[in-house]
Amino acid sequence: MNITEDVPPALTALDRPNSYIGRSVPRPNLARLTQGRGQFVSDVVLPRMAHVAFVRSPHAHARIKAIRTEAAKNAPGIVAVVTGRELAEIITPWVGVLTHLKGIKSAPQYPLAVERACWQGEAVCAVVARTRALAEDAAELVEVDYEELPAVTDPETALDPGTPVIHPELGDNLTFERKLDVGEVDKAFAEADAVVETTFRFGRHTGVCLEPRAIVADWNPGEQRLTVYQATQAPHMMQNLFAKHLSLAEHQVRVVTKDVGGSFGIKVHTYADEMATVALSKLLRRPIKFVADRLESFVTDIHARDHRVHAKIAVKGDGTITAFAIDDLTGIGPYSVYPRTSGIEANQVVNLVGAPYACPNYRAQARVVFQNKNVMCQYRAVGHPIAVAVTEALVELAAAKIGMDPLEIRRRNLIPDDAYPATSAAGLKFELLSHHASLAHLDAMMDYSGLRAEQKRLRERGIYRGIGFASFVEVTNPSAAFYGVGGAKISSQDGATLRLDAQGAVICHTGVTEQGQGTEAVMAQVVATAVGVPIERVKVVTGDTDNTPYGGGTWASRAAGIGGEAAWQAGKALRANILAVAGSILQAAPKALDIRNGVVVDADSGRERIGLDEVARIAYFRPDTLPPGFQAELMATRHYVPRTWPFAFTNGIQASYVEVDPETGFVKLLRHWCVEDCGTVINPQLVDEQVRGGIVQGLGGALFEHCVYDSRGQLLNGNMADYLVPMAAEMPDIEVAHVVSPTADSELGAKGAGEAGTAGAPGAVINAVNDALRPLGATPITETPITPECVLRALGKV
Amino acid sequence: MKPAAFAYAKARSLDHAIELLGTREGARVLAGGQSLIAALNMRLDAPPLLVDINGVSGLDRIERPDGQVEIGALVRHAQALGSQVVARDAPLIARALPHIAHPAIRNRGTVGGSIAYADPAAELPACLLALAGEVDITGPAGRRTVKADDFFLGLFETALGPGEILTAIRVPAATPQMRCGFAELARRHGDYALVGLAACARADGAGLRDSRFVFFGVGATPVRARKAEAVLDARGFDGLDEAVAALADDLHPEDDIHASGKAKRHLAGVLLRRVVREMQDPWA
Ligand SMILES: Cc1cc2nc3c(=O)[nH]c(=O)nc-3n(C[C@H](O)[C@H](O)[C@H](O)COP(=O)(O)OP(=O)(O)OC[C@H]3O[C@@H](n4cnc5c(N)ncnc54)[C@H](O)[C@@H]3O)c2cc1C
Repeated sequence: MNITEDVPPALTALDRPNSYIGRSVPRPNLARLTQGRGQFVSDVVLPRMAHVAFVRSPHAHARIKAIRTEAAKNAPGIVAVVTGRELAEIITPWVGVLTHLKGIKSAPQYPLAVERACWQGEAVCAVVARTRALAEDAAELVEVDYEELPAVTDPETALDPGTPVIHPELGDNLTFERKLDVGEVDKAFAEADAVVETTFRFGRHTGVCLEPRAIVADWNPGEQRLTVYQATQAPHMMQNLFAKHLSLAEHQVRVVTKDVGGSFGIKVHTYADEMATVALSKLLRRPIKFVADRLESFVTDIHARDHRVHAKIAVKGDGTITAFAIDDLTGIGPYSVYPRTSGIEANQVVNLVGAPYACPNYRAQARVVFQNKNVMCQYRAVGHPIAVAVTEALVELAAAKIGMDPLEIRRRNLIPDDAYPATSAAGLKFELLSHHASLAHLDAMMDYSGLRAEQKRLRERGIYRGIGFASFVEVTNPSAAFYGVGGAKISSQDGATLRLDAQGAVICHTGVTEQGQGTEAVMAQVVATAVGVPIERVKVVTGDTDNTPYGGGTWASRAAGIGGEAAWQAGKALRANILAVAGSILQAAPKALDIRNGVVVDADSGRERIGLDEVARIAYFRPDTLPPGFQAELMATRHYVPRTWPFAFTNGIQASYVEVDPETGFVKLLRHWCVEDCGTVINPQLVDEQVRGGIVQGLGGALFEHCVYDSRGQLLNGNMADYLVPMAAEMPDIEVAHVVSPTADSELGAKGAGEAGTAGAPGAVINAVNDALRPLGATPITETPITPECVLRALGKV
Repeated sequence: MKPAAFAYAKARSLDHAIELLGTREGARVLAGGQSLIAALNMRLDAPPLLVDINGVSGLDRIERPDGQVEIGALVRHAQALGSQVVARDAPLIARALPHIAHPAIRNRGTVGGSIAYADPAAELPACLLALAGEVDITGPAGRRTVKADDFFLGLFETALGPGEILTAIRVPAATPQMRCGFAELARRHGDYALVGLAACARADGAGLRDSRFVFFGVGATPVRARKAEAVLDARGFDGLDEAVAALADDLHPEDDIHASGKAKRHLAGVLLRRVVREMQDPWA
């Protein structure tokens, strides 16, 4: 425990002047964004900038026999037409493996396919022209001779001896495998009063960002320096990767990330076409812009969640859960994505199944295989929606089998709130969770018994409504245990630098980034609180590797918890430094002073002594008036990384209320509730909207979103008309509430909140639909998305 | 997603538009652009010339000639949705309009464009066919009128010839005897239908006569369920089960991305029941 007198007690620091912790202050960037004055990569225009469009493989698997570029090279406005072989001389390939995922393997991936294209949509040739339209015109003139090869598309047969091996040098199509066997699983199943065994299928889907991936690369041969304007979540990680693969030193690469229109994990990976863009800039010695269009986004932005899970649960007649067992199989495309790998999702599924419950017996196997489809990697709530849906559907199916209420079975099995610290069967270490408090809160908030009565009444009238729950834990604030120990140059620590400007405002440079979730607001709140200034006097700067402290960026629900704590510590340090200056001006002991509302005051009486503008004026312009030997330091930097716990786990529970039309199979989402515990809530509105947005993405996966591939590896619905993103009209009202268990690892006590919604929503919906269909004798649904057809099948109607 | 280069010309009049369309083979009419421009951006289509008819006057009127409702080709979906005449005298169309896309698209998309484009899952072509309406066409050879029954020929294929412009559609105005019904299933509000049904008939005592049940989203064009219609005309509401069974002969939907043909046929049966019940008791 590390709590000092500076710690704002969770949600109640309002009594300290300028405490913004726990207050829904508006985002400082709201006006900029709503007035269209944001600076997205698409807005970046540089002198001599050219645009690249890519010729992409129409085949899932094909040998590239020849590429004829003459016609394209003679097209109007053409700067260059570059093939994979030519680009491979500029930039080295990469392999997406991590040493702590034992045995994970992948093949070298090039920015443009060299000998073979391994998925439909892989870039095979780059066409650079004066405008994107001219580049697209010329791209149509590039002729590629392909020899189509058999496509490996079904994970179930990927490891069969008869199936072609996508990368022969790897020996087989197995990327990664993990096995776990804890406790006495066989005994538990043998002694169970009831066992539920079923197979889950989760549809492949993707994250659809408002702003597509976008990058401008500017190689300056005079400076021998590359400046990259990129819509990314992790500028320093990208700096490292660009430098490494272009054989530059990191200081020769600057990554600038201004406004980013959504990311959700999509923009935290290495994309071949973006690597091609930086290489092209180096090759052509001029700025090159690439903005993915929506069609190429569907075949290149990472996909996720394509899992088949055989799973079973053992329970006793009194509801005690005695064992979980799963066999997970997932197909990840032809390459493990760099540098985070495509093994993490399955690894998380293994980690998280059964995690909320005090059940000691657990067996898991996960196999990750290659296929000729677009790559899969980490998307919001990595692995959680799968693990939670599997666990929670099993729990509710088991409850139904033994005739127990679904909340009651959870009450009997969730890890007790007073049992922490606790370790899950899979070995996750929980500092402090609040499953039971959350459940009790949810029960009251949704008026569960009232809802059950309503459900019963309506069933008599032929209206089928269902209630489903999902308890969950969420991985947030990862330490180096996530990636660093595996050898990836992905920083788990983060920093903040604060400077008092010459008029007494505070400039904050932070290593975490903003993609629309409100990071800038949260940082400003923390800084204003720590220093003691009105929030309007804090300016937050993010996303510039030349200027912001080294850090990981924003992903894995880490920005507020880790970046926020760094900013908190920096704020305290700057306050101390300011008070040292003020003390020497005022001939007072710094300890007797405080900063409130931008003014140095007597700590006891609150009497105003000197404004920060005056402190700054004296420190910067009249330092001659300060005592000899005294040097003002009006800039402070602090870093933070969680050390006590490898991850700050959060928890919560969601409930879904749906109505199913048994004639049409349509599912209507009526209401949704979430009670979650992310520790200290810095900005309730932002946290609630994170939870809501996350739930919407979870609902998307549950009912709508699906990357549909045919058996030849062709994506059949890669456009916004056929790929169904969840839209407002179909979304229910979502009520969000919190239980607050701060982490003691930091003074701020904030854990992450970005993925809780996505983690729990699909499981809650699956359970609600099955609850609605139960009186009709339907086969339980264990696949997503739950389409009308899927419901009709469960009812035996088609 | 940048269109291939194309020429653009803005027509001052209908004659001018027809003249412009004659200048380049493959020239296309640009109305609301809500379907056409998307197709161009995706390079699914690359016409050499777009002839913009938005400046042609007289095509955006909703009129009420004797016993009929006439809707000009350039009437926007939103304009039709707000029209008293459409609400009162073409209630089937009024019922269908809110299912078309979203407000922003309805503000630009036109009734004529929907009919001319003839998406097999679109609402208005089905309504036009259910109402036994007709289409006014002007082209290099002058004016002609084509019955809805003869207009929809195949997938995105209509009786419109090269250089011809659809100027208006006409449907019979509602009478006290007319019953109409509409239902649609779409995965999300505003999407094209998974399966939809637009229906129109004349009430005759307890039964229906001259019924026209037109399904959309189940074939290459809007499809009349002729066998089911015959059953309903002959047996009235008692024949509902038989009519639903007859859909097996009337409809041959293929599998698509959102549902199997089998599921679509099942859903068509559900819609038929719902729409017939509604037509039986319009005040229910
Ligand atoms: C997101 C989205 C959702 C949509 N959802 C639906 C929906 O649910 N239901 C639905 O019905 N529609 C839907 N639409 C399509 C919309 O209704 C279109 O507006 C309509 O189909 C075409 O009308 P338009 O005026 O935009 O035609 P345009 O796009 O301008 O033209 C379409 C085609 O028709 C031709 N054309 C247009 N007008 C004439 C004319 N007067 N004479 C001859 N040829 C002509 C054009 O040359 C072109 O080939 C949707 C569109 C979008 C973008």
